[in-house]
Amino acid sequence: MNWFKKLKDGLSKSTKKVSESLANLPSLSALIGKSKLDATSLEEVEDALIAADLGTASSIRLAAALKAHKFTGPVDTKSIALALAEGLETILEPVAKPLKIKAENRPHVVLLVGVNGSGKTTTAGKLAQNWHAQGKKVLLAAGDTFRAAAVEQLQIWGKRTGTSVIADTNGGDAAALAYRALAQAIEENADVLIIDTAGRLQNRSELMDELAKIIRVIRKLDKSAPHDSVIVLDGTVGQNALSQVKAFSAVADVSGLIVTKLDGSAKGGVVVALAEEFGLPVHAVGVGEEADDLQPFAADEFAKALAGVGVD
Amino acid sequence: MFDTLKSKLAEVFDGLARRGALSESDVGAALREVRLALLDADVALPAVKAFTEKVREQAVGVASMRAVRPDQQVIKIVHDALIEMLGGDAESLNISTNPPSVILLAGLQGSGKTTTAGKLALRLRTRDRKKVMLASLDITRPAAREQLRMLGGQAGVGVLNEVDGESPAQIAKRALQAAKLQAYDVLILDTAGRLSINEVLMAELRDIKKLTKPHEILLVADSMTGQDAVNTAEAFHKAVGLTGIALTRLDGDARGGAALSMRHVTGCPIKLAGIGEKQDALEDFDPARLAGRILDMGDVVALVEKAAEAIEVEEAERLAKRMAKGQFDMNDFLTQIRQLQKMGGFGGLMGMLPGIGKMQKQIAAAGIDDRMIKRQEAIILSMTKKERISVGLLNSSRRKRIAAGSGTSVQEVNKLVKQYQDMARMMKKLGGKTGAAAMKAMLGGAGIGAVGMGNASGVPDLSVLSRGLGKGLGGGVAQGLGSGLANGLPGLGGKPAGKKK
Repeated sequence: MNWFKKLKDGLSKSTKKVSESLANLPSLSALIGKSKLDATSLEEVEDALIAADLGTASSIRLAAALKAHKFTGPVDTKSIALALAEGLETILEPVAKPLKIKAENRPHVVLLVGVNGSGKTTTAGKLAQNWHAQGKKVLLAAGDTFRAAAVEQLQIWGKRTGTSVIADTNGGDAAALAYRALAQAIEENADVLIIDTAGRLQNRSELMDELAKIIRVIRKLDKSAPHDSVIVLDGTVGQNALSQVKAFSAVADVSGLIVTKLDGSAKGGVVVALAEEFGLPVHAVGVGEEADDLQPFAADEFAKALAGVGVD
Repeated sequence: MFDTLKSKLAEVFDGLARRGALSESDVGAALREVRLALLDADVALPAVKAFTEKVREQAVGVASMRAVRPDQQVIKIVHDALIEMLGGDAESLNISTNPPSVILLAGLQGSGKTTTAGKLALRLRTRDRKKVMLASLDITRPAAREQLRMLGGQAGVGVLNEVDGESPAQIAKRALQAAKLQAYDVLILDTAGRLSINEVLMAELRDIKKLTKPHEILLVADSMTGQDAVNTAEAFHKAVGLTGIALTRLDGDARGGAALSMRHVTGCPIKLAGIGEKQDALEDFDPARLAGRILDMGDVVALVEKAAEAIEVEEAERLAKRMAKGQFDMNDFLTQIRQLQKMGGFGGLMGMLPGIGKMQKQIAAAGIDDRMIKRQEAIILSMTKKERISVGLLNSSRRKRIAAGSGTSVQEVNKLVKQYQDMARMMKKLGGKTGAAAMKAMLGGAGIGAVGMGNASGVPDLSVLSRGLGKGLGGGVAQGLGSGLANGLPGLGGKPAGKKK
C-alpha cells in the first residue's frame, strides 16, 4: 500500500463524518435542486464544521463564504461539499509543507515539543524510521527524562529503526542530555538529530522554562539549532490547540506542526483554525501506529476529507 | 470568554426594561450567545443542543428579580444547569466489599491511562488503605508495561509480573487469579490505547470485561478533547458499558467542555480528575468547579468561600448599620481595607476573578496592587484618633505631618481624603434608605460586586456573593479601588462606583 492510499484510507475513515452529517440535514435535502442556500441550511453547514473541531469563528466564516458562493448547478450535498472543500483547501494549501532535512545543517536538529500524550515519542520514532530508510544517519535524543519509561519507549523505537538513542537511564537534566546528544551528533557527522522532549502543559511556566533551557543550551553548540521546532498535536484536541501553539511558539519558536491520531473518529479540523490563526506549516499527519503511518500533510486530500467529498 | 459571554448577554438585555418575566425571545437571544460560548469551550454540539433546550425551559417565564439584572439571572440559570448536567454531587468509586474489586481503565492513545492507573493505585493505598495490584494489558505501546511497573513501584503497590507472549486477555486472567490468591483488595487493569473505530481492539476489550467482570470500567479521557469526545465516549460506552469517566490534564488551561459532552452521551458520572504530574494529583471530580471553568468564570466559589472566612460577621453588621445611618469615618474605611487584605489582598482577589488574566498588565501599569492598599492603611494609621473621626480637621499642616508619618506624599494623602469624601457623600445619599435597601443599591451600583470593577454582573450567585462580600466590604473599598481603577483602566472601571443601574 503506498503512502497516498494510506493517507486517504486514514482520512476517509476519520473524516467522512461531515459529508454524512451534511447528507443527513433535513433542510439540506429539501434544498436539493435549488440554486441558493437559505439561512437554516447555512447554520447546519456551520454545525457540521463545528462538529469537525474547526471552531466557531472559522466555521462561521466558512459557512458565510458558502453563502456568497455561486453554485453553477443545482445545490445538493455534493456541490456544497465541493464548495466547502475548495474553501478549506485555499486555507490549507499554503501551510502544507513537508519536513525537510537541509544538508548544510550538520546535523539538522529537529526538536519535538507538545503537551503530554500528544504522541511526541511515537512521532520521533516514526521520523527516525523514515529518514533512516532514506539512507540518512539519524540520532535520537531521549529528552523526556520525566515520564516513567519514556526513555525505554524511545530505545525500543531506536532498536526497531536501527538508530542510536542517546539517553540518561536515570532521570537527569533534559538540557544537559540534549547538549550531549548534539555534541555526539556533530562528532559522528550525523544528518539528523531528533530531540524528544517531555510532555508539558503549556500553562505550567516552570516546565516551559525547562524547554527554553534546552534550546538555550543546544544553541551553545549550534547557533542555528533547532532547525525545526515541531509541536506535536493530538488530532482529537479541541480549541485548546490554539493555546498550545501560542504558548509553545512563545517559548520554543515553533516552526511547524505534526498532527497525530487522525486514524480515529476525530477529524482534526482545528488544523484549519490553526492555519488561519498562525499560518505555521503543517508537516505531517499520523494515521496509525506503524512507522510508515506518518504521512506528509496533503492540503487537497485533507480539505476534501474534511468537507466530506468522497475520497476515491 | 466568560467576559465575552457576560458582555454579550448584557448587550442582549440592554435596553430591556425590567419586565415581569423573561420572554421567549429574550431567552432565545441569550441562548445563542450561550451556545457559542459552550462551543468555544469544546462542548460537543449534541450536548450543547440538549443543554440550551434545558436552559430555555428553565429561563422562559422566570420572574425577574428586582436586584438582579436579566443577564445575571440567565447566567445563574446557565451555571446551575451546567452543574446539574455535569452530575450534581460528585460520585466516588465503587469498591466492592468482596475483594478483589477490579477497575478497568480504557481510552484512546495518550489520554493518560497508565499515569492515571499509577495515581489511582497510590490514592487507594494511602487514602482508602487498600491493598492494590496493578496489571498492564498494554502489549502494543513500547515500554508501556515498564512504565506501569515503575509507577507501581513509586506508589508502593503490587505489580503483576510480565510473561512474554501473552495476549491481553491472558494477562487479565492471570492478573485476576494472582489478585485473588494474594488477597489484593483492588486490581487495576491498564489497557492499551485504542481507537473507538477499531473493531478488533474493542472486541478485545469486551473479552477482558467478560473475563474479569470489573466493578468499575472507567473511560480515561483528556480534558483537552474536542468535539470527538461524544464519538469516543459513545463508542466505548456501547462496546463495554462504562461505569464512569476519569478526566485527565485538568491542570491545563483547556476549558474542559469535553466533560459535558461525555457525560451527556453516556450518562456516566465523572469520577476522577487528574490535576497534575505528581502521583498524588488525582482528585474527586467537582462539577461546580468545572461548570465555572467551562464558563471561564474564574474560581468564584473559592472567592466566596474566602470572603465568608475572612469577614467577621459582627464587625460587618456593625459597619452596615453605621453605613445605613450615614456614619462612615476613617476607622470604617480602615476596617474595610483590612478586610480586603485578609481576603488575600488585591492580588489574591484578582487571581480568583474571572477574565482578569489579560488585564493584569494594565493593572500593574496603573500601579494598583497590594502596596497601594498598604499605603492607604499607613496614611490612615498616621492620623490621630480625632482626625480619623472628623476628617474636616485635616488642614495642610496636618496633611504634611501625615504624609511624613506614613512615608507617603501630600498628594497621596489628598487622594485618599478625596476618595473617602466621595464615599461618605454616597453613604449619606443612601442613608435615608433602610439597611437592606442601601446594601442592595450599593451592590447594584458601586457594587463590591467583584470589587467594584463592574464585574458584579458576572458573578453567578449574586445572593451568596452579596451576603458574603456586601456585608463586609460594602462600598468603601469598592470606592477606593473603583475610582483608582476607573481612572487608570477604561476597560475595567466600566461601571464607575456610584452609578446606579
